[in-house]
Amino acid sequence: MSFELSIPFAQYTRAFADTFTMVGISGAIAFFVGIPVAVLLNVTTPGGFLASPRLNRAVGSVVNSFRATPFIVLMVALIPLTRLITGTSIGVWAAIVPLSISATPFFARIAEVSLREVDPGLVEAAQAMGCKKWEIVRHVYLPEALPGIIGGFTITLVALISSSAMAGAVGAGGLGDLAIRYGYQRFDTEVMVIVIAVLIVLVTSVQAAGDYYVRWLRNR
Amino acid sequence: MSVNEFVIPGLMPLLQRQAESGTVAKLVNALDASPLRETRTDAVAVADKKAIGTVRFEALGKVYQSSAGKVSALEDISLDIQAGSIFGIIGRSGAGKSSLLRTINRLETPSSGRVWVDGVDVAALDENGLVALRRRIGMIFQHFNLLSAKTVYENVALPLRVARVPNAEIHQRVTRLLELVGLADKHATYPGRLSGGQKQRVGVARALATNPEILLCDEATSALDPEATQSILALLRDINRQLAITIILITHEMSVIHEIADRVVVLEKGRIAEEGEVWKVFGNPQHDATRALLLLLEHDLPQDLRATLVHEPPQDKAFERILAFSYTGAGGLEPDFIRIGEALDTRVRLIHGGLDRIQGHAHGRLLLAVDGRAQLPKLDNLTTGQGAIAHDIQEIGYVV
Repeated sequence: MSFELSIPFAQYTRAFADTFTMVGISGAIAFFVGIPVAVLLNVTTPGGFLASPRLNRAVGSVVNSFRATPFIVLMVALIPLTRLITGTSIGVWAAIVPLSISATPFFARIAEVSLREVDPGLVEAAQAMGCKKWEIVRHVYLPEALPGIIGGFTITLVALISSSAMAGAVGAGGLGDLAIRYGYQRFDTEVMVIVIAVLIVLVTSVQAAGDYYVRWLRNR
Repeated sequence: MSVNEFVIPGLMPLLQRQAESGTVAKLVNALDASPLRETRTDAVAVADKKAIGTVRFEALGKVYQSSAGKVSALEDISLDIQAGSIFGIIGRSGAGKSSLLRTINRLETPSSGRVWVDGVDVAALDENGLVALRRRIGMIFQHFNLLSAKTVYENVALPLRVARVPNAEIHQRVTRLLELVGLADKHATYPGRLSGGQKQRVGVARALATNPEILLCDEATSALDPEATQSILALLRDINRQLAITIILITHEMSVIHEIADRVVVLEKGRIAEEGEVWKVFGNPQHDATRALLLLLEHDLPQDLRATLVHEPPQDKAFERILAFSYTGAGGLEPDFIRIGEALDTRVRLIHGGLDRIQGHAHGRLLLAVDGRAQLPKLDNLTTGQGAIAHDIQEIGYVV
């Protein structure tokens, strides 16, 4: 039995690859920038071991202002910066800049909450055994908060998949863009249904993988 | 910085002399053979070799700022803790024990007064000095505080890793330590899979990793069942004897002090209520706080006796007189029933009580019943001098 797609299959694979690239790269950036920001927020909080209310407030308000801006607005507002970094304001790479900038503060806040929930007794034990500050971050805070951090990162990835749909606005392509252009603007219900199905499978897999890893970490 | 910096010259011969048998002895020999023990740089300032393992508090005070104003947690604490002793700090919750213990490794900074560890003023240390000091002071906790993301082996190895000890030596030491605490087969297990007693054993191994001179125990057995408590206390006693490590423990349980401590200080509302050798403080408590803490251990009147006890001798009925004999442990005086019988010149029946032996001194209270018709000698004369049969005798009532 043969089945005729309304648009070439390559369109789907291309869109999937674009979404994958955007989510993957901006997710990686969010992870590696977000964790240091979360650590900074955590250790500078009043009562933390590098307590510095001013620095904490300063970093906190930068994080909050990026979180307060809706992604579609952020994307447009960041166009000059994007052009500065990537040399262009359209395409996958142009979308990665605002996606990373939006996902990093989001992830940083979630990671900060996980860090905050690390038992202070463990920090005390590390201090008592002669750990310096950096060693406490490395051996206590990060490994102990890892299940929460991974759980938060899973949420961040799912949010990124959703935001990346808007990246079509800067001509970045991706699954969301495909659904808008064909499914919505050309009334091609088939594309709409397929894209939604692919997104459901993608999000479900990301969530399941994250949950599995977290469960494995917690059950050691 | 290496571990060599906190190995103390002169300690090894002492340890070897003490190491006679058992796993601890094996550990000591193994540690001696390791290069960790060979040299020591002078980065750690130790004012006086004789002061190694000692802690001295001098007019220590701690004031907390709370929403309700200033709260004084510790006031005017002056204490001397001898090297190689087991020193107990007891008090009800909120008495300031925890703060006091934490001033020793400066997890808590006192508001006034000084703390001297090994003859060095703890407050004067810079960050590197503080880290070096903390490596000479092991600490175990009520809730163990093991890192859940690290295996047993990695938990015990961590103090050595952060002290930049070479891996081969870490492996050797951690293996010995896990043997010492009887968990050699659990090295690859995560703490979540251990029982409370096993977790605390890992805590002890971790605290001993850097060869400390002092071990701080923060309610180390309070979260354990009685059996695990006994085994941890036995382990601590062993460590104290074999490795000559000063152990300072805080607890709210008199039984823990009773079990292992040499000296005890009773804290009440941030002040020292009394201090002394355990058997003296137990046998003859001077302060209400001590008596309150002792109540749990004391053999109070049993329920049935309390119900029938009267305070006046019953008329025209046969009755028995109830006497309470107390023993404080002083002078080696112990209950001798033949002498008691002779001194009272009547039949004596033991109805309740018991003795505990603390550091070789018998202390406790016995309730004896004697026939009400018997003419007793003056009881006060029986508690002093050569003819003493108890440290204190009280007539507490009569039963029909």
